[in-house]
Amino acid sequence: MRFTKDHEWVEADGDVATLGITAYAAEQLGDVVFIELPSVGKSLKAGDAFAVVESVKAASDVYAPISGDVVEVNAELPDAPETVNAMPEKDGWFAKVKLSNPAELDALMDRAAYEQFLSTL
Amino acid sequence: MSDTPLKTTPLTDAHRAAGARMVEFGGYDMPVQYADGVLKEHLWTRSHCGLFDVSHMGPSFLRLKTLSGDAKADHAAICALLESIVCGDLRGLKRGQLRYTLLLNQQGGIIDDLMVGRPVGDSRQGTLQIIVNAGTKEGDFARIAAAAGDAAELVRADDRGLIAVQGPEAAAVTAAIIPEAADLSFMTLTPAEYEGERVIISRSGYTGEDGYEILVRPGSARKLWDRLLQDERARPIGLGARDSLRLEAGLPLYGHDLDETISPVEANLEFAISKRRREVEDFPGAARALGELAGKLGRRRVGLRVLEGAPAREGAEIVDRDGAVVGKVTSGGFSPSLGAPIAMGYVPPALAEPGAALGVIVRGKRQAAEVTAMPFVPHRYHRKPA
Repeated sequence: MRFTKDHEWVEADGDVATLGITAYAAEQLGDVVFIELPSVGKSLKAGDAFAVVESVKAASDVYAPISGDVVEVNAELPDAPETVNAMPEKDGWFAKVKLSNPAELDALMDRAAYEQFLSTL
Repeated sequence: MSDTPLKTTPLTDAHRAAGARMVEFGGYDMPVQYADGVLKEHLWTRSHCGLFDVSHMGPSFLRLKTLSGDAKADHAAICALLESIVCGDLRGLKRGQLRYTLLLNQQGGIIDDLMVGRPVGDSRQGTLQIIVNAGTKEGDFARIAAAAGDAAELVRADDRGLIAVQGPEAAAVTAAIIPEAADLSFMTLTPAEYEGERVIISRSGYTGEDGYEILVRPGSARKLWDRLLQDERARPIGLGARDSLRLEAGLPLYGHDLDETISPVEANLEFAISKRRREVEDFPGAARALGELAGKLGRRRVGLRVLEGAPAREGAEIVDRDGAVVGKVTSGGFSPSLGAPIAMGYVPPALAEPGAALGVIVRGKRQAAEVTAMPFVPHRYHRKPA
C-alpha cells in the first residue's frame, strides 16, 4: 500500500489499483454521511479530484493518487458511508483503477514514510 | 489572516484537556468537536444533555447612570434608549423575562440578533442584560453605547463564562446543581447562587431543546463546567454540533442567514417586531418592514429539504422548475436527526410556501429540493402552562 500527502491510499494488484482514504483522513473528517463516487470508465489523472466525502460539517474532495481509468467503484459505499470510518483502508475503498502509468506508484510514500509524515503534522 | 492571538474563554483549558479539536471562531479559540465527533454529539444533545461553552458571545449590561428610584420609570427609561436601535418591545418585558430582538440599521437591515433580559431584583431595575453574537460584538457594543449616550453606561461582561446546557435531560442535570433552574419557564431568567457565587441563569438556548444558559464569573466557570460534567447524562458538545442543532431548529446564524441587507420580514423573523413597535412604527427601517408585511416583499428565508444527493451547503444556488436561479442557500448540511440533508436560503415569496418544488445546484448538478416549514425538528421548549 502506498500513500499521498493528501491522505489517500493506493494498493496495486497487477495493473489494477484500489484507492481509498487513510485512517488518519477518516478520523479527521469525522462521521462520513455522504459519498460521491466517479462513474466507471472515467479517466483520472494523478491529482484529479475523483470523489467527494462529506461529514456533517463539510465536503472534502478526494484526489487520485495515480492516473488511470476507473474499472469499478465500491457500489455499497453510498448506502453505507459509515464504512469509511469503520474500515477506511479495507472495506471502505472507493474505486479500482486500471493504471496508465504504474511508475507513478514509485513517487508515493510507503507505510513507514507516511507514518513519519503524519508525525510531523 | 491576522496575527492577533486568539482570545480564550475561562473554559479553553478544559476543552484542550478533554482532547477537543480547536478552531478559530469569532476571534476565539473554540472547540469544534470533542472525541465523540459532531454526529454523536448532536444526537446526544437531542436525547440527553449537551454542555456548550458559549463564552465567546457578548454578554453585557446596559444601566442608567442615574436612577429615579421608581423601578417602573427606570425600566422605561433604559428601554427607551435601546429601543431606538432594535425592533422589539423591551418596555413590555416583565421582570425576569427575556426577549429575542434584532439590532437594525437605518435601512432596516439586520446588524445582529440578540437577547435582552429584564433583571428580577428591585435594585437592578433600570438595567438590561444584553447578549450579542461573538463576531459582531465590538460593533454592537459601540452602537449600543452610542444609543445610550450620557444617560446610561454599557458594562461588558464578556470576560465571564457562559455555559449552555441543552437537551431533554438539561433540566434534571441543572436543577441538581442550581435548584432555581426548575422554576424557570422558557425565555425567563433569574439570579441564583452556585457555591456562593452569583450566577444568572436563563431558560433559553440555540438548539430547539429545553435548556439553560448560565452566566458565571470567570473564576467559577471551570468549577461549574466540571461539576455539570460529573453528571453522566451531560457531555461537552462542540461548535460543529451547535451549528447542526440550530439548523434543524430553524434558527438563523448571523453572518450566514442574516446580514445588514436583510430585513426582519425577509428573514421570516417578523415575530421579533413587537406589536407596539409595529403600531407606533418607531423602529429603524419601519417603513420598509411594514411595506414588506403589506406584500412588498422581494425574498423570504425558507427551509429546504434536499430530496436527493449531497448536502447543499452555504452558497449553493437554488433554482426553480425551469432551472432559473431564484436564490441561494445560506446554511445547509446533513441533519443527523432526520438522516437527510436540509438547508435554509432565500427565495421569492411566490416560491416560499411549504411544498414548493425547487432544486439546488451542488457541484454543477441539479438536485430536487422542497420548501419545508421550519423547524425541521420540533422545538421542545419548556413553556409555562397557559
